[in-house]
Amino acid sequence: MSPPDIFALRQYLGPELTDRTISDARHSVSLTDITQHSCLTRRSSELSGRSVLLATSGQLLSALAMIELDGVARRILLCPPDLDWERLQVLLDQAEIDTIVTDRPLPQCSAGSYIVIGIDLPERRTVGWKVDRATEWLMLTSGTSGLPKIVRHTLDGLAGAIIGEGTARYRNATWATFYDIRRYGGLQIFLRALIGGGSMVLSEPGETIAAHVARLRTGGVTHISGTPSHWRKLLMSGAAADFSPHYVRLSGEIADQAVLDGLARAFPQASIGHAYASTEAGVGFSVDDGREGFPADLIGRNRNGVEMKVVDGSLRIRSKRTARAYVGADAPPLADADGFVDTGDIVELRGERYHFVGRRGGIINIGGLKVHPEEVEVVINRHASVQMSRARSRRSPITGAIVVADVILVDGTNRERHETIRKEILSQCKDCLTVWKVPAVIRFVERLDVTEAGKLARTDA
Amino acid sequence: MSVKSKIFSAMKQIAEEQKVALPPLEDDLPLNDTGFDSLALAILVARLEDELGIDPFTVAEDAAFPSTLGEFVRAYENVPA
Repeated sequence: MSPPDIFALRQYLGPELTDRTISDARHSVSLTDITQHSCLTRRSSELSGRSVLLATSGQLLSALAMIELDGVARRILLCPPDLDWERLQVLLDQAEIDTIVTDRPLPQCSAGSYIVIGIDLPERRTVGWKVDRATEWLMLTSGTSGLPKIVRHTLDGLAGAIIGEGTARYRNATWATFYDIRRYGGLQIFLRALIGGGSMVLSEPGETIAAHVARLRTGGVTHISGTPSHWRKLLMSGAAADFSPHYVRLSGEIADQAVLDGLARAFPQASIGHAYASTEAGVGFSVDDGREGFPADLIGRNRNGVEMKVVDGSLRIRSKRTARAYVGADAPPLADADGFVDTGDIVELRGERYHFVGRRGGIINIGGLKVHPEEVEVVINRHASVQMSRARSRRSPITGAIVVADVILVDGTNRERHETIRKEILSQCKDCLTVWKVPAVIRFVERLDVTEAGKLARTDA
Repeated sequence: MSVKSKIFSAMKQIAEEQKVALPPLEDDLPLNDTGFDSLALAILVARLEDELGIDPFTVAEDAAFPSTLGEFVRAYENVPA
């Protein structure tokens, strides 16, 4: 038995809830008796107190290993799929990893440095699980350049928002997310499914949207989350027509009114919420009134253990849900002296509501005047013919930089209307933005790249 | 359409968007007197780069920025295609 004060995932996997599964495109695994089976090729007792890298090819095996290792290992480092071995090596040293759980062959050079444990579908019966510690959960930040940072969470903190909302409301829910569960946004949904007593349908890299949605339908998905970019892609695909979830959640990017309205039209029977969360700051809050931004009274008070303030324009959060620290020898402090995490997300008070305007690092400087690409996109996205847009910086010999915009129009927009639409977008921008924020050039494009983390790619901006 | 007339037509469009009253476009008109501020000029250079495929002011590091409309037009005409 586990000590009463340790909170471990397997405590939510009792036999009393039947018909629970977790599935990807190829396999479905029952969660009902999962704790009596092992997916590891060695006895889990050998992993007790170890610092484990979880590097599986797909999400399903990572999910099963998280269940098996939480409360047993000293720490688990979740490895997203797009990390190459060279960069990973540096992170392994920083995280003091001594054990690798993987279903893939490792490069020769690493042989002998780590204990390597294989992982497969849970066909071996196991007994004698011993939950005897609060495992540290290490995750990588989703920054776009350089080496990601490692942040340390506890399961307690990761699940803070889930437990806080009460888990009973999610019984029998089947969750899905466009995210990978080895990233913060995806992990939240995996934990919601597990802790709330539900099931989960995982995303599959390379799968077409139509095939994914077909799987969401046959899997009976009721609750689903993704970034606004994920959702815009789904709305664009036309595949949403046969899908009717009860709950649609957005997080990870600014949810503007256009995408909220688009989802409300596509899923009239669903409740739609947008959440603010980040790998470092944890889950801050969620908003369910269908409007962009968030009520100003969320700032400055302690609500469900989350305190928020705005300093120099950026949102700062203090709560038990934030990461505990950055990991590594020269890791910078994660929070200030008072325990507030600076999210780097810039907000602006308009009337009774705060609106997100962009990232501190993403500012475009036009001859000394500043603009966040996101505040331009929000205005462009209001045009009825616009499906998705990206504002970016373009170098200028006159002002150093100017704002330009790449725009995807809704399917079937007549080419002859392009010039009219361009003029309408420009005049809309002029009405809502100061003059230097109005895009100098609007280009209509067929596609915009979305990063592995589900966010609009801004690397070439 | 000649390079010069493409430039003039782009200028007229931007003037309309920026609510700028353009004076008659003559070669010796100082750029300062066009009513275009630096932002409007930056927009003009960006759009001309898309239309003509060149930005003569970024191509050469030491390119001096023209002071009259005629010099501005010649900067485009003189860039080898």
